Amino acid sequence: MIERDRGGRIFAHLLLILGVLIVAFPIYYTFIASTQTIQTILRPPLPLTPGGEFAENYGQALFGGVGRIGGVDVGTLLFNTSVMALGIALGKIAISLLSAFAIVFFRFPFRMFFFWMIFVTLMLPVEVRILPTYKVMVDLGLIDTYAGLILPLVASATATLLFRQFFMTIPPELVEAARIDGAGPMKFFRDILIPLSRTNIAALFVILFIYGWTQYLWPLLVTNDNRMNTIVIALKKMVSFADADTPWNLVMVTAILAIVPPVLVVVLMQRWFVRGLVESEK
Amino acid sequence: MAAIELSEVRKVYAGGVEAVKGVSLTIPDGAFCVLVGPSGCGKSTLLRMVAGLESISGGTVRIGGRVVNDLEPASRDIAMVFQNYALYPHMTVRQNLEYGLKNRRTPKEEIARRVEEAARILEIGQYLDRRPGQLSGGQRQRVAMGRAIVREPAAFLFDEPLSNLDAKLRVTMRAEIRRLQRRLKTTSLYVTHDQLEAMTLADQLVVLNAGRIEQAGSPMAIYEKPASLFVATFIGSPAMNLVPLDGPGASPLATLAGPGKAKQTLGIRPEHMRLLEGGAGVRADEIVLDLSVSGVEVVGAESYVTGRLANSGPEIAVRVPGYSHLEPGASVKAAAPLGAFHRFDAESGRRLELA
Repeated sequence: MIERDRGGRIFAHLLLILGVLIVAFPIYYTFIASTQTIQTILRPPLPLTPGGEFAENYGQALFGGVGRIGGVDVGTLLFNTSVMALGIALGKIAISLLSAFAIVFFRFPFRMFFFWMIFVTLMLPVEVRILPTYKVMVDLGLIDTYAGLILPLVASATATLLFRQFFMTIPPELVEAARIDGAGPMKFFRDILIPLSRTNIAALFVILFIYGWTQYLWPLLVTNDNRMNTIVIALKKMVSFADADTPWNLVMVTAILAIVPPVLVVVLMQRWFVRGLVESEK
Repeated sequence: MAAIELSEVRKVYAGGVEAVKGVSLTIPDGAFCVLVGPSGCGKSTLLRMVAGLESISGGTVRIGGRVVNDLEPASRDIAMVFQNYALYPHMTVRQNLEYGLKNRRTPKEEIARRVEEAARILEIGQYLDRRPGQLSGGQRQRVAMGRAIVREPAAFLFDEPLSNLDAKLRVTMRAEIRRLQRRLKTTSLYVTHDQLEAMTLADQLVVLNAGRIEQAGSPMAIYEKPASLFVATFIGSPAMNLVPLDGPGASPLATLAGPGKAKQTLGIRPEHMRLLEGGAGVRADEIVLDLSVSGVEVVGAESYVTGRLANSGPEIAVRVPGYSHLEPGASVKAAAPLGAFHRFDAESGRRLELA
């Protein structure tokens, strides 16, 4: 699929560059806004080059605290969100690995029944079961805790199914060789299954981390204390209906800071991510 | 070092299918036993029962005098070589060899010594730090054998280990397995569907059919005295020629019938016959068959001429040295020594001995 036609190649590149510009420009504009004073932002048009308030705005947001969200600094928000996103991603991976392991490699009564139970939960996203889940969290006293933020989102039918598909491609002889080599089930899981799944795990981690990072509805319900807010919730709370009440420069800073960790995760894990999606190394 | 003894071993699957129907077999210490049979004859099931990968429905399996029916594969003191090698893809060759020993808590120096030795025997020293994915089929096969050797087990189990290799490599690896087994003197049980592999490797050859032992013995004993029609046609390539005595074209052979009234089938191997060409004479102990040539298969050093007996009778293959110029449709005479014929009961398939 190598395009030899020079004109065609230039055209293709122009099209791609245009696409990149369309996607990247709003982010760039947000960044510009985050380096201006609030007065500049409120008096359009906004300049296209960075202003001089970078250190001032970022310093205030990260360490000073923002009035509209109870004086909580963005550092705390980032920490909360990281804990939640990591907790959800790692928790989902751990649970899905174990349940897929059970379903694929063990013969126990009602195995298929449990498999279908997991499958059926695909039809019950958080929004559908949000009231009973909230009630359970209240009863367990998990409102305004990290556990309350993470636990209800940890079970994942999608990830379980994905690992199940992958485990089923593992040749049965490999399991038998491990049995002859004296590896019990958990040893097989740890020494062979997990290393073999590592690219899948990495790809899934990226997807789930972003899923966790961008959660909105559940964190909104389960946190009352401003100090437990996630960055997405805080961002929403910072914006008021009246323009004058909204510290737009800080909103822009927060928005930029909210983007950075997921972008970092994607960029740093890109190689693994792609390998996990395309290759099935056996 | 241990003998493997099977007594009345049976396997019945959950669906009621009986894959192995009572097999009794003793493999003496240090012997190389080959199980051979067509697909579905239960040979792999039998091997897997010895390995402990398949539960035993009836009978007992003893390894080194110890009943192992209820033991986990790891505690049976066996090592297995799989058809697709089953190497751990994420581990280096060295880690593959070490894994079983580590699980067994073998001391570090001992592991190093055994890996070193296996690598030397199999000449895989330079691959020790590679992954299986970076090795060729033959090299992977060696690593798989290495994994078995380092265990220093009481018995090796081979499950069609050469099936994934190309024809040339298969011959080399076959010789290598044989040499290795002679050197280590470890009792071995080897499953294959390839009768040539079976003939060349075995001390003790066991022909299985439909879950039962059809015949067991030394390869040449089985080749020379097949106990049944099944064994006669399964062992040897091309297969033994069979002539039902009540079929068409069999009249010149009627005098060869053994005693008894039962319907009989005669068998003769292609290499025992010769074509009467260029005025070759017939000896007194030979019988002459008229064939109409239906095909010629040239192997290289020899050719196999197939022809119908008396135009409508069964096909008979005759081995001819060198290259045969016969064309299909030609008529030839073939001489067969009387003593080379095998007699079988046509109904039960059992061999009939002349009294």
